[in-house]
Amino acid sequence: MRSAGSRHVLPAQTDFNFNVTDKQMSNSAPVKISAKDVKVFYGDNQALHGISMDVYQNEVISFIGPSGCGKSTFLRCMNRMNDTIEHCRVTGSILLDGRDIHEPALDVVQLRAQVGMVFQKPNPFPKSIYENIAYGPKLHGLAERKADLDDIVESSLRRAGLWNEVKDRLDQPGTGLSGGQQQRLCIARSIAVSPEVILMDEPCSALDPIATSIIEELIDELKQNFTIVIVTHNMQQAARVSDRTAFFHLGNLIEIGNTNDLFTNPQQKRTEDYITGRYG
Amino acid sequence: MSNLSLIVVLLVLLALGYQLGMARSRKVATVNADLRMHSRPHHYGMMVGLWAVLPAFFILLLWLWLSPAVINAMVLAQLPAEVASQSADQLRVVSQRISNLANNFGVVADAAQWELNAAEHLRQLKANSAIVLTALMAVIAAVGMLFSLLKITPRLKARHQVERVVKALLVLCSTVAILTTIGIVLSMVGETLKFFSYIPPTEFFFGTTWNPRFSTVGVGEQGNFGLVPLLSGTVLIAGIAMLVAIPLGLMVAIYLAEYAPLKLRNTAKPVIEVLAGIPTIVYGFFALVTVGPFLRDLGAAIGLDINATSALTAGVVMGIMIIPFISSLSDDIITQVPKSMRDGSLGLGATKSETILKVVLPAALPGIVGAVLLAASRAIGETMIVVLAAGNSPALTANPFEAVSTVTVTIVNQLTGDNDFSSPQSLVAFALGLTLFVITLLLNVMALVIVRKYREQYE
Repeated sequence: MRSAGSRHVLPAQTDFNFNVTDKQMSNSAPVKISAKDVKVFYGDNQALHGISMDVYQNEVISFIGPSGCGKSTFLRCMNRMNDTIEHCRVTGSILLDGRDIHEPALDVVQLRAQVGMVFQKPNPFPKSIYENIAYGPKLHGLAERKADLDDIVESSLRRAGLWNEVKDRLDQPGTGLSGGQQQRLCIARSIAVSPEVILMDEPCSALDPIATSIIEELIDELKQNFTIVIVTHNMQQAARVSDRTAFFHLGNLIEIGNTNDLFTNPQQKRTEDYITGRYG
Repeated sequence: MSNLSLIVVLLVLLALGYQLGMARSRKVATVNADLRMHSRPHHYGMMVGLWAVLPAFFILLLWLWLSPAVINAMVLAQLPAEVASQSADQLRVVSQRISNLANNFGVVADAAQWELNAAEHLRQLKANSAIVLTALMAVIAAVGMLFSLLKITPRLKARHQVERVVKALLVLCSTVAILTTIGIVLSMVGETLKFFSYIPPTEFFFGTTWNPRFSTVGVGEQGNFGLVPLLSGTVLIAGIAMLVAIPLGLMVAIYLAEYAPLKLRNTAKPVIEVLAGIPTIVYGFFALVTVGPFLRDLGAAIGLDINATSALTAGVVMGIMIIPFISSLSDDIITQVPKSMRDGSLGLGATKSETILKVVLPAALPGIVGAVLLAASRAIGETMIVVLAAGNSPALTANPFEAVSTVTVTIVNQLTGDNDFSSPQSLVAFALGLTLFVITLLLNVMALVIVRKYREQYE
């Protein structure tokens, strides 16, 4: 794709993105997360070239794109998990409920309690199922008494659709569950600290189709109470679970829009090529 | 030819056979251009070399093993009847004298005529034996080489033969290490049993007095050989060492693994490991002239009576010595805890210190326990620091400010000096050594089992 003066390819795209988000502003839901010109550098290597987008309250938004396109990197910006990577630098602003998550007064620990995360590979702690769920609430002092903690554990497991499978073996190690159960345990674990946003980084990529469909149903239910951002390699999955979809390529946000529109009527050539399987 | 030159000749033969085999296999390959050779040229070369050398080498070993006995029997058979009818012990003395004469070493008193004759006979037999051996080996080597050269065809599985020999060699090498260990243990068991024929095991294991005296067998009293005061000293010093090393080592490990920038970690870790490389005698010296007096003065300042050479001095210095064992191993184990584990905890809003305390350390705990046990077995077996700094006073005490003695120090004391090696005073060293060996072996086995169990968790 050639545009006037190859140096200005990126700003042109950024403008386009603003247009899209502006169009979406007509959406009635309030903005939960608003990113403006987010750039990420790993050392000298720039991974994101100025991403701007809004995430609305109680929507499911999915990020798609080929490997290495920066979708996971952008996801990890939203609860500052990139802080744990050495030599990683993030610029631009990300507002959560109108407040900059990089402002010095905001503690990253509180941010992560508000914006939970589920990872690509299920990563239960080598502790009992109960302890896995109780870990977060205990840290944040959410339960005063043992009974309160028991309630949190039960309700979190119920909401993750795992309660009936594990209620008789809460004292067994979480690592002994199957892959799909482990991933639901991790979802329950993040629900337990009552976040407002849940970030999911390819949550089904290590799971079989049945476990995947259970998690997809779960995402649909969780939407009532949480805002969910999900990164996925699987375009069918994006089409099934998300209200809106964003397509990333080479560190740029190429297109963002209602999932149906994006898959049936993509505005950009690159989006069309990707969703029709011409590359990626 | 002498045995050494025989071996040199064998090595030359190996090289020669290798070259001949390679050349021959290439020739065979060109003649049979339509057939693929089974193995590569160097396999054929190696096979020919091995066929030339190995059978001859086994003959050499067999000959060296059997011929002395055969020659000795032949010499004894020639002796005059009145000499030959003596007891086996006396015959051994006789053949020793004859052998000395044959080697021109000289003997006590004048040699009798029959002895000189026998010596001459022995010398003759040895010369003949060397000639026969050389001839035999030459024939076998030549046959082996020619035979294997002629056998080279495209179908010959030379690689399999060579690999079998290499495998046997590998097995042999690993057997050497294992057999050495078994040999050491068996020899210790033998000497220990000898010791227990003087002192009953109950007295050794449960006696609370250590006072072996300096008497030889059958003269005066035997003395007291109670293990308990030595063992308590060992445990006391190792305990103090662990009290110093575990907190320091763990904190070093946590800092290095979790907080230190990569550059600092890569520099600091080897520097800390240098601590383990300092000769223990240097530590002992350091304990004796620096730490001991310092602790004594410190004790005096706060009203404690601390000996300059005490369990405390030795324990503290030993603790410093084993810090790197704990810090290095624990650091490795902590960094092995998957990043996903940390991310999971941080993603729930845990702070870094909460993550380390509640997720990383529990996950790494079995490995850390393994590291601590390895360090403990090292501390128990440590000798030089204790020899110099613990005061060598085998008294049963739990007071770390007093001088004590340990099992290792006692072994040193019992084996140095002018002792009869068949007296219980010396033999007790083997009993002590075996006890120590069993203790450290158990600790090591425990550590290995725990570390292995830990590894299975993430794989």
